[in-house]
Amino acid sequence: MKTESCDLLIIGAGPGGYVCGIRAGQLGHDTIVVEADRPGGTCLNVGCIPSKALIHAADEFARAKAFSGANDLGISAAAPQIDLAKTIAWKDGVVKRLTGGVSTLLKKAKTRFVSGQARIVDGKTVEVATQDGPLRISCKNLVLATGSKPFELPFLPFGGSVISSTEALDLTEVPGKLTVVGGGYIGLEIGTAMAKLGAKVTVVEAADRILPQYDAELTKPVMARLKALGITVHLSAKAKGLSDDGAALLVDREGGSLEIPSDKVLVTVGRTPTVRGFGLEDLGLTMNGAFVAVDAYCATSMRGVYAIGDVTGDPMLAHRAMAQGVVVAEHVAGRPAIWDKQAIPAVCFTDPEIVTVGALPGEVESSDTALFPFAANGRAMTMERSDGFVRIVFSKENERVLGIQAVGAGVSEMAGEFALAIEMAATLTDIADTVHAHPTLTETVQETALKALGRALHI
Amino acid sequence: MNILPVKLPDVGEGVTEAELAEWFVKVGDVIKEDDVVASVMTDKATVEIPSLYEGTVTWIGGEIGDILPVGSDLVRIETEAEGSAADVVADVEPEGAPLEDPAPRPEVAVEQPRAQRPVTASAGAPRAEGQPPLASPSVRARARESGIDLRQVPGSGPAGRITHDDLDAVFEMPLQQPGRARASGKTARSGTEEIKVIGMRRKIAERMALANARIPHITVVEEIDVTALEELRAKLNAGRGDKPKLTVLPFVAAALAKAVTDHPEMNAHYLDDDGIIQRHAAVNVGMATMTDAGLVVPVLRNVEALGLFETAAEIARLSEAARDGKAKREELTGSTITITSLGPLGALATTPIINHPEVAILGINKMATRPMWDGTQFVPRKMMNISASFDHRVIDGWDAAVFVQRIKALLETPALIFMEV
Repeated sequence: MKTESCDLLIIGAGPGGYVCGIRAGQLGHDTIVVEADRPGGTCLNVGCIPSKALIHAADEFARAKAFSGANDLGISAAAPQIDLAKTIAWKDGVVKRLTGGVSTLLKKAKTRFVSGQARIVDGKTVEVATQDGPLRISCKNLVLATGSKPFELPFLPFGGSVISSTEALDLTEVPGKLTVVGGGYIGLEIGTAMAKLGAKVTVVEAADRILPQYDAELTKPVMARLKALGITVHLSAKAKGLSDDGAALLVDREGGSLEIPSDKVLVTVGRTPTVRGFGLEDLGLTMNGAFVAVDAYCATSMRGVYAIGDVTGDPMLAHRAMAQGVVVAEHVAGRPAIWDKQAIPAVCFTDPEIVTVGALPGEVESSDTALFPFAANGRAMTMERSDGFVRIVFSKENERVLGIQAVGAGVSEMAGEFALAIEMAATLTDIADTVHAHPTLTETVQETALKALGRALHI
Repeated sequence: MNILPVKLPDVGEGVTEAELAEWFVKVGDVIKEDDVVASVMTDKATVEIPSLYEGTVTWIGGEIGDILPVGSDLVRIETEAEGSAADVVADVEPEGAPLEDPAPRPEVAVEQPRAQRPVTASAGAPRAEGQPPLASPSVRARARESGIDLRQVPGSGPAGRITHDDLDAVFEMPLQQPGRARASGKTARSGTEEIKVIGMRRKIAERMALANARIPHITVVEEIDVTALEELRAKLNAGRGDKPKLTVLPFVAAALAKAVTDHPEMNAHYLDDDGIIQRHAAVNVGMATMTDAGLVVPVLRNVEALGLFETAAEIARLSEAARDGKAKREELTGSTITITSLGPLGALATTPIINHPEVAILGINKMATRPMWDGTQFVPRKMMNISASFDHRVIDGWDAAVFVQRIKALLETPALIFMEV
């Protein structure tokens, strides 16, 4: 068997793994990243990027469709058609450019990339099944960055008409009737896009509202939009399985069961960490539920073994994994890095989008909330989207900003300001006294802070 | 009974603030009209402030070292006297209430909190238990890199945020090392004495820092054969009996006044903030003078119009006034070029710091008899070095060298100083 050795071995080239590899390489560490699939992980290949590409295409299609009918802008156009296979090919091109970019960045950092399925032998040794046969790599430090997979319901196993987000992002035809099991952000993002592309979409959610991790105020504009798009939402409803002929989803809910005719059933009920089947369980690491337990340096219970990204738990977000990757690379290099982030922004690319950073209303004692609607924002009106609002949760004691949320078209681009405010320990006055450019949606952030201070100008 | 304030008066032209140098009263003292309540220090002069009223002191406006804006209340006095309505202070104002600031200046806002900042960062818990320290990522990174536990650092920012200034305070705090016995039998001392930099020392520190930070100095050192000058000086001094005798300084001042007629660029102010150079017709020579309180620079005015003995008399008068602390403000401002001399301690060379916004300063080093080669043999000559610094932003090295050569020529052949050429 061929052998290799290195300082730092990273299993998984998703956002956590490849960023850790780049940073470690930059710091002069002899680093190897092992990946069974293409570099980029879920995020680049079957997650964030492909879904945003699909959402963009769906939005453009919906816009064209709107122009083919009566509209306030006075634009007339022919009814649009979509060749979804071509759309998917375009999406694949975007993904290829990005994954190719990751490979280039790793190369530039002098980090080696090994393609193949890894199997952990012990905390210092990993065997990789490469195309040229098995390769044994010994390392001083090991980083687990194996990510997560869509959660599979035992009574709705993937296959046939039952698909996960991965398959949903590769459909070459718009399904006539799409039923989404799970009203979380992944299901709603894809469901909304498919509805805009012409599918008849039904959402089945077990909780009593969509996006149950957020409060009702925040999700209300999204709910209204789903309705406007003709999406049927069944709340407090539990999927039971497919009908015998496979053409309908059986659903239990208060007041009787339902049979929802479905060409495709998209199951998006969460993601499960990839911690089995490659020797990780043999390390006997301390776990935190289904996840690998880590400390503030992302170190596991075994010396020299680190874990980053989705395997370490919620929130399972690419940018969290990237930041953890940097902490590990710097820590291993002897730098004083530590996980001390105050907030991790989270974005739902639903329609309208939702951004949350920090505390939600009522989560922190003696906090208060201020809200400013986009209905009072000029830029929002000029884009025909004045639904939604910005909301700030702040301390009543010292006006420190504890959390910022927004729901509205295009608010994802405001996530940076929100996160910066929390990370800098900003107060309401810091935001209120910062000049925000006119005419932009971000004016609402300043106005919200002004309102919290009792000196709002535009409401 | 009224409570009336004694305000910090306008103590000099263009002065907007003054530093409390000394209190002569405390709260509860009974004072008479015209009793001195405090002395305050401006750029260079110390001024005593008398009370306008007879009565009892109820409030004093700060601690020694605090900077007060002109027009702010210095003390408040409970008195029978009548003040104008606007002056009457309600006696409900708590001690240490913020001072009214009719002419706010950024320095005031910045310096007061700094002066009041606690000196030690470890006194007591900085925040309630369970309250995490608030700090920006860059402050956190800096703390990590320096091994500082932010939980122990009090925050002065909004909402108790720890700022870079707060970290600076931690860095400034001396580390305490307990004394240990050594093999030598001597013990290592521990502890640090903190001396508050106030008054004239602070002014000097500020001016030196300003000059050194802004001005790229070029210093030229040259040796001067002053044998002829010393012979002339001896002859002029002979027979003056008890009358003041000439030192080297009047000659140097006169040489400087003569040299700048050909080099007006040296007798100038560079107003760097405005991007303007002011060339001055009058040659007002600052004479750096050591006093008990520190360095002051009395000014010899219009040296170009003074005779040698007039210059000597004026130097004597000014330095005495400066040493006694009685120099008037006008006598301490307005120099256009400066001479600095350490007399017998003058060393071989110095690197004088320019008196901002001037562009040149002339340092005089120690005179000594040295063997000089005259072409055929060594001869004893009286030699003296001069060290001249120039603002290299506006004075090129070549011009500096030419100017120094001109002074050398004048001092080596002193007759040239007095010739109208």
